[in-house]
Amino acid sequence: MSSERIAAIVGVAESDLGETPGKTVLQLQAQAAKAALEDAGFEKGDVDALFTAGNWAWSPNLMLAEYLGIQPKFTDGTNIGGSSFEAHLGHAVAGIRAGLFDVALITYGSTQRTDRLRQRLSPYVTLSEQYERSFGLPTPVGAYALAAMRHMHQYGTTSEQLAEIAVATRKWATMNEKAMMREPIEIADVLSSRWIAEPLHLLDCCLVTDGGGAVVVASKAAAARAKKAPVWVLGHGETHTHNTISNMPDLTVTGARESGKRAFEMAGVTHSEIDVAEIYDSFTITVLLTLEALGFCKPGEGGAFVSGQRTAPGGDFPMNTNGGGLSYCHPGMYGIFLLIEATRQLRGECGPRQVEHARLALVNGTGGVLSSTSTAILGRD
Amino acid sequence: MKVDPTFPRPVFDGDSTPFWEGLKQHELLIQQCKDCEQYIFYPRSICPHCFSESVSFVPAQGSGVIYSYTVVHRAFGPFAKETPFVIGLIDLREGVRMMARIQGPREAVAIGKAVRVAYHDVDDELTLPAFELV
Ligand SMILES: [Zn+2]
Repeated sequence: MSSERIAAIVGVAESDLGETPGKTVLQLQAQAAKAALEDAGFEKGDVDALFTAGNWAWSPNLMLAEYLGIQPKFTDGTNIGGSSFEAHLGHAVAGIRAGLFDVALITYGSTQRTDRLRQRLSPYVTLSEQYERSFGLPTPVGAYALAAMRHMHQYGTTSEQLAEIAVATRKWATMNEKAMMREPIEIADVLSSRWIAEPLHLLDCCLVTDGGGAVVVASKAAAARAKKAPVWVLGHGETHTHNTISNMPDLTVTGARESGKRAFEMAGVTHSEIDVAEIYDSFTITVLLTLEALGFCKPGEGGAFVSGQRTAPGGDFPMNTNGGGLSYCHPGMYGIFLLIEATRQLRGECGPRQVEHARLALVNGTGGVLSSTSTAILGRD
Repeated sequence: MKVDPTFPRPVFDGDSTPFWEGLKQHELLIQQCKDCEQYIFYPRSICPHCFSESVSFVPAQGSGVIYSYTVVHRAFGPFAKETPFVIGLIDLREGVRMMARIQGPREAVAIGKAVRVAYHDVDDELTLPAFELV
């Protein structure tokens, strides 16, 4: 590890998860923010930078800051989909490095399950999405199906190999009492679940839940006042490659190739040093493509890499240890939960699902239709 | 023809109007940059390759190959009743990629197969491109 200690995650929390009827996105974020600040041993008055992303207001930052009674001196509403929060983390470190603020609060909240918003289609499609939406491709799953089909064609990847990811992730979920789906499944269950968009089955797809989360990031000086040991942000990288799936340059290669490379370089660590990986799993194919793009295996070898339950508890590549978006929760933009779990693993707070001696974690968010990626490498002292 | 009022319709604009008007005449128009000579899809006011503003519409040959496809089993809104249907990403001979429905027997659809453009008249106001196996 050659990276400087600039900033650390010092507080994390979820709000209520799963199905939260009667709760608003503001309530969920307030609940998570308060709990994350308590986890840090900080107070609201310590927060001087605010980061959030969502599409529940024309300006989520304005609405959330007003609701929480925060007047930030730095504000960032970067919205690149589910990877926004890893980007927020990187931006927070940059701001802290520049000396602009000391304590950042990152939040997310969604009531998409209760609202049943996902099935609404607008009858008018504007700007550069008008060349896709009239064909009826379900978004985002249809785009990920196109990528999976291409990967299978190009490399011979199989549905069984994708199913390995869903099965391993469910095993982790059985050890997380907050996970929505905790019944063990087998590869045959994934393959016999109904088609959503070929080659993706229902159990290749993430859950649709409500929920929120919050992460507190502090400068080295502020982190010294925190209640718990700091989880240092050692490296970060972000990029986006396209908005619509027709414009993804290569459906088998995500931007994680670039964002991951930069994160590894900044952190000064190698792949073999990573103890635990939290990889955005909107769909099983998302994970497989990300592992290849990050360089944990070569292009086309993702299927072999995840075979034999390698990412399951007891496997040699512990991944998505909270049960992931596939089995724990997935309130639309899942990225914040990757940071929460990585932090808990590095603190040794994960009880039965704790990865022993975890010192270094890699987090990779993916947003849109494989559109954006943001990678962070975290480590404890 | 009576179209479901929830059908998501493209809003023709300063970039897209020639494309959609061309389709109504059963003509597939893409763009080409006069400076770097690369083809461009979707239509825009500036070349994403070299940033030239000398871009103009040209007829596409209308043939290409299937880059990828999916068979949709769960769809929303007006598309729910049409499942299963096949959507593909088509690489046109000119080197641009576009999304469209693929017509014909789904068992015959495969990546790498040659296709050519067909036209699906939704109503008097809208024609969508589609592709059929050749
Ligand atoms: Zn050009």
